[in-house]
Amino acid sequence: MFESLSDRLQAVFQKLGGKGKLTEEDVREAMKQVRIALLEADVNLKVVREFVARVTEKAVGEEVTKSLTPAQQVIKIVHQELIDLLGQANVPLAEARPGPTIIMLIGLQGSGKTTTAAKLALWLRKKGKRPLLVAADIYRPAAITQLESLGRQLGIPVHSEGAQSRPPDIARNAVRRARDESITHVIIDTAGRLQIDEPLMVELEQINAAVEPVERLLVVDAMIGQEAVRVAEEFNRRVGLTGIIFTKIDGDARGGAALSVRAVTGVPIKFLGSGEKVEASTIEPFHPDRLASRILGMGDVLSLIERA
Amino acid sequence: GLFGQIASLFATDEPITDELWDDLEALLIQADVGVETTMYLVNRTKDRCNRYGVKRAREARDMLKAEMVRVLQEQERRQPVNANPSIVLVVGVNGAGKTTLIAKLAYRLKNQFGKRVLLAAGDTFRAAATEQLETWAERVGVPVISRGQGADPGAVVYDAIEAVSGGDFDVLIIDTAGRLHAKTNLMLELQKLRNIIRRKFPDAPHEVLLVIDATTGQNGVLQAKSFLKAVDVTDVAVTKLDGTAKGGIAFAIAQDIERPIRYVGTGEKMTDLALFDAETFVESLFAQD
Ligand SMILES: Nc1nc2c(ncn2[C@@H]2O[C@H](COP(=O)(O)OP(=O)(O)OP(=O)(O)O)[C@@H](O)[C@H]2O)c(=O)[nH]1
Ligand SMILES: Nc1nc2c(ncn2[C@@H]2O[C@H](COP(=O)(O)OP(=O)(O)OP(=O)(O)O)[C@@H](O)[C@H]2O)c(=O)[nH]1
Ligand SMILES: [Mg+2]
Ligand SMILES: [Mg+2]
Repeated sequence: MFESLSDRLQAVFQKLGGKGKLTEEDVREAMKQVRIALLEADVNLKVVREFVARVTEKAVGEEVTKSLTPAQQVIKIVHQELIDLLGQANVPLAEARPGPTIIMLIGLQGSGKTTTAAKLALWLRKKGKRPLLVAADIYRPAAITQLESLGRQLGIPVHSEGAQSRPPDIARNAVRRARDESITHVIIDTAGRLQIDEPLMVELEQINAAVEPVERLLVVDAMIGQEAVRVAEEFNRRVGLTGIIFTKIDGDARGGAALSVRAVTGVPIKFLGSGEKVEASTIEPFHPDRLASRILGMGDVLSLIERA
Repeated sequence: GLFGQIASLFATDEPITDELWDDLEALLIQADVGVETTMYLVNRTKDRCNRYGVKRAREARDMLKAEMVRVLQEQERRQPVNANPSIVLVVGVNGAGKTTLIAKLAYRLKNQFGKRVLLAAGDTFRAAATEQLETWAERVGVPVISRGQGADPGAVVYDAIEAVSGGDFDVLIIDTAGRLHAKTNLMLELQKLRNIIRRKFPDAPHEVLLVIDATTGQNGVLQAKSFLKAVDVTDVAVTKLDGTAKGGIAFAIAQDIERPIRYVGTGEKMTDLALFDAETFVESLFAQD
């Protein structure tokens, strides 16, 4: 359904032939296509508007170099601007000193928190760490069983107290246990919640206050639409996000929401998750350039620019 | 809210301007209606306003609402199939709300219509998916067929089909593992499940329900198209409408796959279910808040 942005741009510029300079009109015409493609990739409308204005300003009057067509030149600028918005480099996971490093995973219902908790634990163990998973979702039917089952599957300990204890207490007890058992990383799986659910947002603040996690990571489904920004802003306001994890990137979502969330909140994207099989440790540190290409829908953008 | 902003946009007797149309376009896009469907809605409304000589914003509002309702209603509601047992297959991407929706449907069928409902735990893949459905089944008070994690989902479906063959149940609702529509092998697996059902009940499944999360963006259209192609989706359910996302993707889906939206999920309890009604939906989108 979505023809790729690079195809669109090529088509727009094909008509222009061998001009020496990009005129304002040429660029504006091309940016109409960029605007639609970004919106179809679920980039937030306000972010799109600012982005289009910035790229237009940069591209107008740009000398067309011999090695690039006008289209390639604009693609290059768009790509570079996307990377700027997504953050230049990977921001690694923080380490608490002294340990343990406490990581809290939060987000909307079904975004992938529990699965991501398990993946993250495995990823840490592969780095020689000793993670502990904490079952702090006392609401969803069988949420605790789900985490316990994942822990058993991976051979990673799970702290759970059933559904009778309060989540802040569960978290506090887990951290105490971690100190006793020389655990290096405590990963708290919380219940999914809407950012407008006041009692559950208060609960989140209580867990946060109880154990003061150095990492407060928002887990976001890559298929999310324009809502992403409101979600991220509200979770950020309540507990101060330190990072974002995008999940389900093994689908065909363009992931424009990632761009919006980073652009609006300034919170870095730390990991991308893919696949349902936790054993495969399908979580990887985030690299802005790859997502920029994905949003543009052009696998060849990197090679295109390398040739420049 | 967004649609509240639309309402106030049109709550004036000022003349219609180009700016009004631009603002409308922006608001629809921010509600995930999608560029194509947004342009369609805006242009249709604009045309009708011109045709009928509508000059004031307030009158344009009703034109817009009518167009929105029309997009959602275009596909006439299919007559419910009168089968006994009636077999419902529930499909969708990971985490959309399938299992919870099944609990809500079972609750409704049992308590409102006195139906004898059987559930089948066809998600044998995700950790504790079976336990989740079993917990719900217990709360609703209906039996569930399961084989636990790692079992062949086909075997679960087979067991369930056998179980409803004796005439002890009116409705069978089959839960399936969440799957991303772009994964061909997983989509083929759904077809296999359907074939198993059809060996005994050739006209089944009587309903193939696609579950879409209201916070989904434009990927929702791709989801709908792929599931439609793979297993002939008959109806759509939109879940998590209790959030601030307005589920604008519903318009794009209704327009693109021409399947009626049948249910909406509005919370995590088994009573949080509503039947979809296009006019009520559009009206609620316009509610000032
Ligand atoms: N394909 C794919 N599926 C994923 C990924 N991450 C999670 N899932 C699936 O998404 C669904 C929801 O994942 P969960 O980990 O249960 O999500 P959650 O955020 O803990 O859900 P709640 O606790 O109900 O809020 C499950 O079916 C997972 O298998 C991913 O990266 N790729
Ligand atoms: N707020 C809200 N949450 C919902 C709604 N429907 C489901 N949920 C929540 O969304 C999460 C995922 O729901 P499930 O029913 O497990 O989704 P699923 O599609 O079966 O997930 P998988 O089987 O893992 O693919 C759970 O935390 C549910 O409680 C709804 O209408 N509103
Ligand atoms: Mg969970
Ligand atoms: Mg399920």
